[in-house]
Order: sequence, then structure tokens, then C-alpha cells
Amino acid sequence: MNNEKLIVNSFKPRTNAKLSVKHIAVCLLTLLTIHFSLLTVFPQIAIKGETVWTMNGDAIKNGVVLINNGKIESVGAATAIVIPSGYKILSAKVVTPGLIDAHTVVGLAGYLNQPHDQMQLETSSPIQPELRAFDAYDPDEKLVEWLRGFGVTTIHTGHAPAALVSGQTMIAKTFGKTVDDAVFVPTAMIAVTLGDAALMQGGKSPGTRAKQASMLRAELIKASAYGAKPDVPRDLKTEMFAKVLKREIPLLITAHRSQDIITALRIAKEFNIRIVLDGASEAHLVLNEIKSSGFPVIVHSTMARAGGETESLSLETASKLKAAGITVALQSGYETYVPKTRVVLFEAAMVAANGLSFRDALATITIDAAKILGIDNRVGSIAVGKDADLAMFDGDPFEFTSHCIGTIVNGNLVSDAKR
Amino acid sequence: MKKVIAGILALLAFCGISSAQESTVAFVNARIIPIIGVPIENGTLVLRGGKITAVGDSRNVQIPSGSIKIDAKGRTIMPGLVDSHSHIGEGAGADGSSPIQPDVRILDAINARSSSIQRAQSGGITTVNVMPGSGHLDSGQTLYLKLRDGNIIDDLLIYDGNRIAGGIKFANGTNSIRQGGGNFPGTRAKSVSLVREQFIKAQEYREKLFKAGDDKSKFPARDLAMESLVEVLDKKRVVHFHTHRHDDILSVLRLQKEFGFRVVLHHVSEAWKVADEIAKAGVPSSIIMIDSPGGKLETMDVSMTNGAALEKAGAFVGFHTDDSITDSRWFLRSAAMAVRFGMSREKALYGMTMANAKMLDLDSRIGSLEVGKDADFVILSGDPLSVYTHILETWVEGKKVFDRSDPKDYLIAVGGYGATNDRSVHIDCFDGDIEGGQR
Repeated sequence: MNNEKLIVNSFKPRTNAKLSVKHIAVCLLTLLTIHFSLLTVFPQIAIKGETVWTMNGDAIKNGVVLINNGKIESVGAATAIVIPSGYKILSAKVVTPGLIDAHTVVGLAGYLNQPHDQMQLETSSPIQPELRAFDAYDPDEKLVEWLRGFGVTTIHTGHAPAALVSGQTMIAKTFGKTVDDAVFVPTAMIAVTLGDAALMQGGKSPGTRAKQASMLRAELIKASAYGAKPDVPRDLKTEMFAKVLKREIPLLITAHRSQDIITALRIAKEFNIRIVLDGASEAHLVLNEIKSSGFPVIVHSTMARAGGETESLSLETASKLKAAGITVALQSGYETYVPKTRVVLFEAAMVAANGLSFRDALATITIDAAKILGIDNRVGSIAVGKDADLAMFDGDPFEFTSHCIGTIVNGNLVSDAKR
Repeated sequence: MKKVIAGILALLAFCGISSAQESTVAFVNARIIPIIGVPIENGTLVLRGGKITAVGDSRNVQIPSGSIKIDAKGRTIMPGLVDSHSHIGEGAGADGSSPIQPDVRILDAINARSSSIQRAQSGGITTVNVMPGSGHLDSGQTLYLKLRDGNIIDDLLIYDGNRIAGGIKFANGTNSIRQGGGNFPGTRAKSVSLVREQFIKAQEYREKLFKAGDDKSKFPARDLAMESLVEVLDKKRVVHFHTHRHDDILSVLRLQKEFGFRVVLHHVSEAWKVADEIAKAGVPSSIIMIDSPGGKLETMDVSMTNGAALEKAGAFVGFHTDDSITDSRWFLRSAAMAVRFGMSREKALYGMTMANAKMLDLDSRIGSLEVGKDADFVILSGDPLSVYTHILETWVEGKKVFDRSDPKDYLIAVGGYGATNDRSVHIDCFDGDIEGGQR
């Protein structure tokens, strides 16, 4: 996946604008405010880990990670790295890259589950790609803090897999006072859902699977002519599908039944667009087709409930996809009741116990998730120059009885509660 | 003629004994966690006729000659798990006509062939309290089941004399409150008042029965609801009370004190706020471990430390799945998560077995590996609290009901195409019409 293209839509500072004194003062004030809400500010941190899973090659025994200015300064064996004086030293049994939740609705969906904190689904129309996730994301949501406490540093969140085209998704770090502080990729993907979860009742469209495909194809066909004539008024909806056709943004297609997965692949081929398969309960029935499409899969949460269109989901889907050579990530998913969010650390633990090696299971919530989201140049592994996003544990991270003892986002210790 | 009948009876009795006796099976070289007593590193478990006949250190246990010996080296054996609150079996209890329906039995609604029951077997659960929902103040009678391989519900029943074992489900808080819901309560105070009214009626009904003595002509007209509540007043039927908020928990304790029934607190999301009061009341709690807080307002303050807080206060703690709120297949994970958040390993494992057995009045038969108890146990590939451990076999009354090495059972445990045949998915324990509710 082409990361450059994904980043095109991000809030880059306008480099041609001259920085005024006022601007700098505001920035400094903002920075100070953010820092005040941190546990403690250490510009430079050295983390000693009995085992450091860099996700580059083998794990390092007795490793050290140096953090300077929010980035990883160096990583290696303790014998090879001298910790400079003045660095705050933290220790853990196991150090991993900050965990990545490849698909959630947290931040749009809140833990109270009341109308005012459920912003993940707008039901007025089945096709609304113009809905921007960052216009609804609450960085102060308790569920964001909850995930952060379990080592999750990056989330791909947005509109729910519950309408044909429910809206946009975004990528955020799990720390920040405002959405602008937290946002990583403002528009990551367009959320599309095929199958039961996006069917309408009472004579409204889409009322069938075939209608879903027809409506999605019609939108893409309409967008193919968009922008061809200069005098056509701007249309937010079509504009987004045009970006999809230009391969600037992928569709995140949630499809559980095998026929829905195949429909997604058929539409991707017809329009030569990029897609990421999501949910994919029956992916294990169509491994060859997914493999030859080259598209990655963000598989359903491992402990999701089996029923209806997810009746065939399996604890082994992730391992089967991996064995077939398909890039796979895990997700906390979308829950309408209890638990209001799952935790990818626990979901990955279940695949580590059901077919995947420890390293491959960890990859589903670190480097492979980063690759699918197109952010692996910044996060997903512990490497020099990457964002200093790290998780620390007092034992095997996947063991139920271990604890996350520290989470670092952009070089800041943002959680040190033993969870 | 009498001799012939006596002969036939003797023959029948003999047949009965021989079929129940089967053979003696001995598991040797196992790590055994008996729950009552300390773990045994190299232990032997002997069973015959569906009962445990010996358990202990391999050096001390005499294995009867002719026994089938099974080497369980590297395996851990512990009692079958007891789930004190589940919704497996696709059943529903009370309907929308009124908030208190003690007459309704979940017995009359369960699909014994539901794959949810097989999933529970694969999760090591051997005894379960199947409950109707929490959308009523009282949604009806619950049912204690042994997860034998069965075709109809009768095959799974547990008898206490002639009585089918089970409790009764009550709920307070927002699930049973319905604004403008006809005869349903609109507030917490009304909820308590409606329940008190029914119990006072039941006390009067009971008094009439008492006064009638053996004179059937003086019996009050049969009333299914009253009969059920009289069993509650007589302490024969345990009240399983769904309750979340700390003030709701205290309301249950107040009702319990007034009417003297036996009660188990269920969910108890804010137990950490009133752990001392719960301990002082001597009332057991069955808790649930959920992966994140909230989902509805009255559970916003739920804590992963509830188990630890109740243990510290000296209260009696068990666990439940509330399947399908949490999946029966990884019930053991609840104990592990409670340990992660401060509970002791011993109390957590006790809470998966013996504590729940006591809550269901079945502790003389199940809940621990002791001589004379039912041969209900699980064979694990490793430590019960490890994520990497798989449940290899589940045995109920000396019969294997789940075997991970059998492809059909493996499919149930792991999932995949054809793993479930459930006609309805019971997403939550709440069967009311307001999701989330108010705080």
C-alpha cells in the first residue's frame, strides 16, 4: 500500500506560510498544556527490556531502547548501547512496539452507550462517504484511555461497519488533548459494508446484497466522470469516490460471508481500486481468491460472537490467512453493547494460542497492522527514526495474568498504571 | 406370583447397577487441582459409576485391578467448571405482560440440542445455571443443568429428591425499568415496592397453606406464581439477583433481610464500592469479567478489581459467563483476568468451581475433586490460568462429553464453517426494550 498517497490528505503544516511570533507562542502554549496532562515529562528515556521485540529480525535479549525528542534514537543489546547521562531509565520484562488497533470505532463511540456518545453511525442515508471521522473523534473518551492502558498507541477508527458506506475512517495516536494533537492520518479509508449489517428494512435500499453491489458500483461509475468538466459544482460525496478511483484512498470493505468477500474483490477488480478486507469471518473458505487479489485482511476480533453472518468465524482465521501468505491484522471491532470495546492485546493473545507463533501474533497488532494502514514508515516496529511508541509488560504480553506497566506515545510516558 | 415379581425386580436392580458401574477408570501422573486441598503434582484420579472413588498423590492411591489406566502426564485435571449465570440454550422466560412472573420456567423453553450447550462443554463447563433475562423484576425460574450429552432437556436435569433443581431470577436497576411501560416500574423505589408487594402476598399464601395443614379442603386455590415464591420464602429456591449499582446492591440486601430468602448477587458491577457491606451481609456474589467498562450507564463504574475487592473484604465470590456476554468457551479466562487485577489464584479457581456449586446448593455433589462426588472434571494441556492452555477433555459423571482430538468437537471449540446451529443468538442477558437505559 502506498503510504505517500494516504498521507496526501493529512493536516500538513503549510510550509510556505511564515511563522509569526503569535503563532509560535500559541504553539508553545499548546505544547505546555499537553505536557501538563502527561504523567511526567522526560524528553529522553532509556528503556531496558529483558526481551525487546523490535519486529525487525529476532527479539533482543537484554536490550535497550533510547528515546530522544519523541523518536527512537537507538535500539540494540545492552552491551552495545551506552545510556547517556540524564536519560530517565525505565525497565520491563518485555518491550514491544506500541500496539496498533487496525479497526475500531472508539473515540466516535463512547463507553456510556448513550445517544450523545454514539457518533459512529449516521442513519439518514446509506451512502455518506463525506462524513469525516475527525469531525467526531473525542480524544478524551474513556475508552481511548482504556486502550492506552493496555499498550495501544495507534488506532484506526471511524464510522461503523453498519451501513453500505457509513463514512470515513482516521488514524489517531491514543494520546492528545485535541483531535488535532491525536490525529495521524485524517482520512485513512472509506468504510463500506456488504452483507446483513448494512441491509435496510421497510422497502428502503439497499434491501438485498445484489442491491448493495449495484448501489456501490453506481457511485463509483458516477465518480469516474467527476472533475472532468471544470464547471461542475463541488460534491462532497462524489469527491470521495473520485479519490478512491484515483487510488488515493482505499475502501475498507467489511464483508463476513464468503459471497460478500468475493463481491468486494469483484468490485475492486472492476474499478481497479485499492481495498482492505475487514471482518472476513468466512475468509478461511476463500483463501486462494483473497491471496491472488493481493489485498490484506483486517480480521474480526478473535473473541467476537459467532452468529448470523459471523456464524463461521474461527479462532484460526488469522493463522490460516497468514499461512496462505496474506497480510493480516487484528481489530477490536465494533460492539453495540458489552463490552463496548475489545482490546487487541487480548485478541492477539487468543490467536497466539490458536495457530500463530508469538511473533506472528504480535505482528497482527504491530508491524503488519502498520503495513495495512500504510503507516509502517512511522510506527509498528522499534527502529531508529520511528515514532517512540512503545508498550512495556511485566511478563509474556499475551498471558492473561501479565500486566502492561507502561505505554509510551511519541516519546511520552502516557500510562504507567499496572493493567 | 410375588416371587416372580420379586425376581423381576431383583433382575432390574441388577441391570441398573451393572450399567451404572461400567468400568473403573484411573488417570495417573496428572497434575491435579482438587480445589478442596492443595494441588497434587503427581496425582491419580479414579472414577467408577460416574463418581470419584479415589483422588490423591500417585504414591498413595491404590488403583483397583482391572481398571483402565490413562496416563495423564503433562496434563492438569481440575473439577468441571460451574457457571452460575448463563443464557445458553436459546431460551427466554417472562414475556412483556408484567414485570413479575415467578410462574414462568426457563425449563419449558430450552433447546437441548443448541450448539451453545456444546460450546459450554468445550469450555469445560459441566454444571450451569441457565437463567431467563433481566428485563423484568422477576423473569421466572432458573434451571441448574448438568451438561451431559442429551437429546432433550430432561437428559440434563438435576434432581433434588423429586424437585427439579433451579433458582429464580430477579433484577433491579434500569433493565427492568420502563418509562411508560404499563405495569412496569418507572423508578427504583417503585421496583422495590412491587417486589415487596409480591412477597407479602406470598407470605399470606404461605400462611393459608400452613393453617390448612393436611386439610386439602382448606388449601388456597393453586397459584403458580405464589407456589414459586413460597419456595423462595421456604429457602428452597435461591434468588439470583441481577444488580449493578452500589445502591441497587444495597436494595437487594434490604429485601433479603425483610423476607429472609437466600440470595446470590449477580454481576455486582459496583461491588468494589460496597464490598464490606456485602461481606457483612454474608451474601455471595457472582461476578463477570468484561473487557471494557460501560456499554450502559449503570455499569460505567464497573471495575476489573471487583474480585480482589470482595476477596479482601472476606466476601464469597464466584464467576459467571452470562453467555453470550462472555463466551462459555473461554470461561477460565475470567478467573485469570481477576488474578490479573489482584485476586488470589486460589480464590479465583475456587470461584470457578466450588463457590458456584455452593451458590447452586450443589456443593455436596460437585465443585471439587473429592471421593464420593460426581466425576465431573476437565483435562487441561497446562495451567488453568494460561492463555496457551487448551481444554482437552470435559467429563460429566464419568462420561467424556468433549474431546478436542475429535474433529467435530474441535470445530465447536475453535469455530469455523458449521460450528453453530443456533436459531437465535442471545446477544445479552437483557430482554427489555431499552438498550443502555438510564443511570
